[in-house]
Amino acid sequence: MKLSLESITKTYGAHRALKGLDLKLESSRCLTLIGPSGGGKSTTLRLIAGLEKASGGSIQVNNKPVPQTEEELRRYRKSIGVVFQSYNLFPHFDALTNIALPLEKVHGVSREESRDRAQSLLSQFKLATHGRKKPSELSGGQNQRVAIARSLAHNPDLILFDEPTSALDPEMSAQILDVIEELIQSGKDCVIVTHQMGFAKRASDYAAFISRGKVEESGKSLELFDNPQCPELAQFLERELKY
Amino acid sequence: MRALLFLDTENESTGISSLAKAVSFALAFSFLCLLAMAAFASLEYDWNWSAVYRYKTKFIDGWLVTIQVSSVSLVVACLIGGLSALAARSPFLPLRYLSKIYIEGTRGTPLLVQILLIFYVFADAAHLDNRYVVGVLVLSLFSGAYVSEIFRAGIESVGSSQLLSAKAIGFTPYQTFRYIVFPQALRRSLPALAGQFANLIKDSSLLSIIAIGEFTLNAQEVNTSTLSTFESFFPLAVGYLILTLPIFYLSRHLEKRLAFDL
Repeated sequence: MKLSLESITKTYGAHRALKGLDLKLESSRCLTLIGPSGGGKSTTLRLIAGLEKASGGSIQVNNKPVPQTEEELRRYRKSIGVVFQSYNLFPHFDALTNIALPLEKVHGVSREESRDRAQSLLSQFKLATHGRKKPSELSGGQNQRVAIARSLAHNPDLILFDEPTSALDPEMSAQILDVIEELIQSGKDCVIVTHQMGFAKRASDYAAFISRGKVEESGKSLELFDNPQCPELAQFLERELKY
Repeated sequence: MRALLFLDTENESTGISSLAKAVSFALAFSFLCLLAMAAFASLEYDWNWSAVYRYKTKFIDGWLVTIQVSSVSLVVACLIGGLSALAARSPFLPLRYLSKIYIEGTRGTPLLVQILLIFYVFADAAHLDNRYVVGVLVLSLFSGAYVSEIFRAGIESVGSSQLLSAKAIGFTPYQTFRYIVFPQALRRSLPALAGQFANLIKDSSLLSIIAIGEFTLNAQEVNTSTLSTFESFFPLAVGYLILTLPIFYLSRHLEKRLAFDL
């Protein structure tokens, strides 16, 4: 993916979440956004996802600007998959329907094909026998796998993960991170907001450190993690890796 | 003995045995019955059930009318309540205020006043002659305001994360409402809706003042003919309980099921 964020600002009332954020990537398979809580990582991800509009600046994904009108934004969002921290599955539908319904209603796939595709995705994520269960009957890790399957179903150009393992215990986190790593290896472009530094270093090719509404440092993840330039990042990494 | 009357506070997980429930219920119920009997005894009232018994079809007819009027009103109230809840969220602001004024006006005034006002003023002006239609209309409008608030709470209970997720998937606002918000809001509204139905049944008794031949009016008429006040009104209370108790039970059941599901 090619990504360009130019002097992005985003304000919520009086609160300035992003204060002129710049980030340019010529070609990246997987970008991780790291940084302290409240620094603007998730806001950046939501702007890339087209879920919110920037207050100023311009965002380009693969040389195309993220649209401004609601109608165009809706079309844009269809080309993207988003996975949230708390899964955000629909509690009144079973796992299969959670995956199949968007395919059928948003992407115009026939009912049978939607369900077939959903079923094969469930099998791919080792959930083949859980299709009829509702989210309340599944574990956190299983729910997150359903959510990942849902974000993949329409074969999006780009998948965005917003702290996909923050609500999971270490065992389940590891499972989910394995799934995400496989996706990256299979050639999916993705942007991940994460606190898992080990994962970020290993799985992503680029990383950006976002703090106080700005990109304080960015670069190839191996270099960034091994040899941080700004003292704030060095301190952040030290603290994150301490425990 | 102790186990039959007291909750085992040290072992709450064991629950209450059915025998303990039955014994305790019987005790409480007989206490209230005794109290009532003592009160009636001091009244030295001459019971005359046979006079009232001759009017049993009148009771049954009235009871059935009450069921019919309440059921139709519930359906219409749900329609009105649904529309009003949607209007309250409309981007067209005058519609919002219309809904707001309707809800607060209706909830803030007695049903009795509404019945009289609508029957003698609005229905008259609109040449609505059928008092049953007017009765259903008044009751629906009255109940619709409460139903609207129930629906509003249901809609608002659907979390913002659900809306965000629907947005990310690419649902249109209509699709989001149709597939995500509405089904969840409806399920969460059901217990309160059942309770509202029980209220509706009791409130329908006020329609007797515009001479709708429902349960209460018929009981009043039996009372006038037989002069046996208590014998006329006692079946009335029982008749309402037969309707409302199962509904309250249903409401509680729905509430429990909901707690498990979400």
